[in-house]
Amino acid sequence: MADRTRLVGGAFQSLCILACVLIILMLAVILGDIVVHGLGTVTFSFLTKAPETGMTGGGIFPAIFGTFALVVLMTIAVIPLGVATAIYMHEYAPKRSRVVQMVRLAIQNLAGVPAIVFGLFGLGFFIEFIGRGMDRVFYGGELVYGQPAIVWAALTMALLTMPTVVVATEEALRAIPQSYREVAYSLGATRWQMIRCVVLPQAIGGILTGGILAVSRGSGEVAPVMFTGAAYFLPELPARLNSQFMELGYHVYVMTTQSPDVEATKPILYATVLVLLALTFLLNFSAIMIRAQIRKRLRHGR
Amino acid sequence: MRDRKSSYRPMHAAGRSGAWGDRVARVLITGSAMLAIVSLILIFIFIGKEALPIFTSAEIQEEANIRNLFLPQSAGGGAAAEYTWQPVSELPKYSILPLLVGTLKVTIIASLIAIPLAVLAALYTAEFAPTWARETVKPAIELLAGIPSVVVGFFCLMVLADWLQGAFGWTFRLNAMTAGIGLSLAVIPIVYTVCEDAFSSVPQAYRDGSVAMGASSWQTASRVVLPAAMPGVLAACVLGFGRAIGETMIVLMASGNAAILSWLPTDSIRTFSATIAAELGEVVVGSPHYHVLFFIGAFLFVITFAINLFGHWWVGRLQKKLQGAS
Repeated sequence: MADRTRLVGGAFQSLCILACVLIILMLAVILGDIVVHGLGTVTFSFLTKAPETGMTGGGIFPAIFGTFALVVLMTIAVIPLGVATAIYMHEYAPKRSRVVQMVRLAIQNLAGVPAIVFGLFGLGFFIEFIGRGMDRVFYGGELVYGQPAIVWAALTMALLTMPTVVVATEEALRAIPQSYREVAYSLGATRWQMIRCVVLPQAIGGILTGGILAVSRGSGEVAPVMFTGAAYFLPELPARLNSQFMELGYHVYVMTTQSPDVEATKPILYATVLVLLALTFLLNFSAIMIRAQIRKRLRHGR
Repeated sequence: MRDRKSSYRPMHAAGRSGAWGDRVARVLITGSAMLAIVSLILIFIFIGKEALPIFTSAEIQEEANIRNLFLPQSAGGGAAAEYTWQPVSELPKYSILPLLVGTLKVTIIASLIAIPLAVLAALYTAEFAPTWARETVKPAIELLAGIPSVVVGFFCLMVLADWLQGAFGWTFRLNAMTAGIGLSLAVIPIVYTVCEDAFSSVPQAYRDGSVAMGASSWQTASRVVLPAAMPGVLAACVLGFGRAIGETMIVLMASGNAAILSWLPTDSIRTFSATIAAELGEVVVGSPHYHVLFFIGAFLFVITFAINLFGHWWVGRLQKKLQGAS
């Protein structure tokens, strides 16, 4: 009896361990394959040159620059909005109020909306509605903003990544001891002064985590920017808000699926994927590190 | 603590500028917080608005209406009526049934692979794992969640498809199985995270009680912790399913994109999300095809919205119950 129990228990535990091993193995296989095939091609000139001869030569600088410009614009939009939302939920609204529950529900649902639906929304709202509207009002109907552009792609991406920033900021706000706030109030600070001088400096780690995670997500997503501004190939870098741009993820997609000569593109393709992967991993890794610090403080600081 | 906040408000100390700043900040911050709700409503309105002509515009309905979206359609000339998705042809056919079957097929395959793996892995890290193992598995899952889906799609298309075809000799190189395996990688992190939360919110007293009764650690895990956290596990499955339905890049790249009405897992498929991604770029704004694509988008939005609403409500209920019990 006892033997059987031990046997079944052992089998059950092994099954659990097997699941973990399988997951890690899948991760390792993907990473290994991409690093092995991509590393040889990632050189300085690959990172700094434009694509040549129909994507089979040259580098990926325009795609790197476009991704960078995209996430910078996105960050400018998403950080204030996300942080303000978290501050509202944690510092302004009464804790169990209807409004907070609604906002939280909206954030959770926003996080679950498929990326492609954000793409549709960006096209229907930002480009067709706001962009066309701006063109009619300011440019006499000339096509300026009513077309795919980096600013619309960035705003679409900001909506997509907002939940990430809100969740990370909220976690940091929770880690701030209540007594800090009370001291500020007792010194006669208004709520905004208290937030600006006590809460925000204390929460900076969480805001940073959220921002980094958002940038990591934003630089890898393709579906939301496909119709809102990403371009197959552009000879020039995006210079204005209404320029189109090249993006790393989109570049990977078009090279994989629409290359005239897959074998010739392969080394460059692998190298591009490696760059994209290294970028997102580096960002994720630093975010995980910062968050671990915050959690440690949350556990010990009280 | 919070209710007493009004009494903290200073009477005079901050002076006029402080009071002004406070008022402006309150308005701005409250406004931003409302933006989450507003944008969700805007998404609904603006996608719904573009899908609406299928129901209201007589001109659009001539080509695409709710009947030929769901019912078989004859190609004309006495040909048998079929379920066909062929939006760009002389007689455009908009039957979304093959897309629905394709989407369900790949989502089910991905769930069948991802859910057992993620639930068992979460149970292991929450119940049995020594610290070093937990500190390995958790970051690995986070890294997995951080892989852009276009990279997974790329891997499935360029590498996995060849391996699988070589091993099993499938007719189609890109098929529902290949895409489903890739898709499971996108589902594992979310199922794992929600399950892990559910397992760790089971009160320690449950485990102590079970062990005190002489149960072994696996008996405790499988007969006490797992049943107690079951609603959370179910919610995790539902949320994972929701993630899989909407995922685009992996299925767009690895599924073959052929709208075939078949339940065979080794046939190529075309999903809702991939259809939007592949066709919206070339479509004429305002054409029936354009509105049908938005209809599909609205459909996706409503399904995922319902799934998420249900999943989070369910998770919240479980947490309340377990907190009450501890």
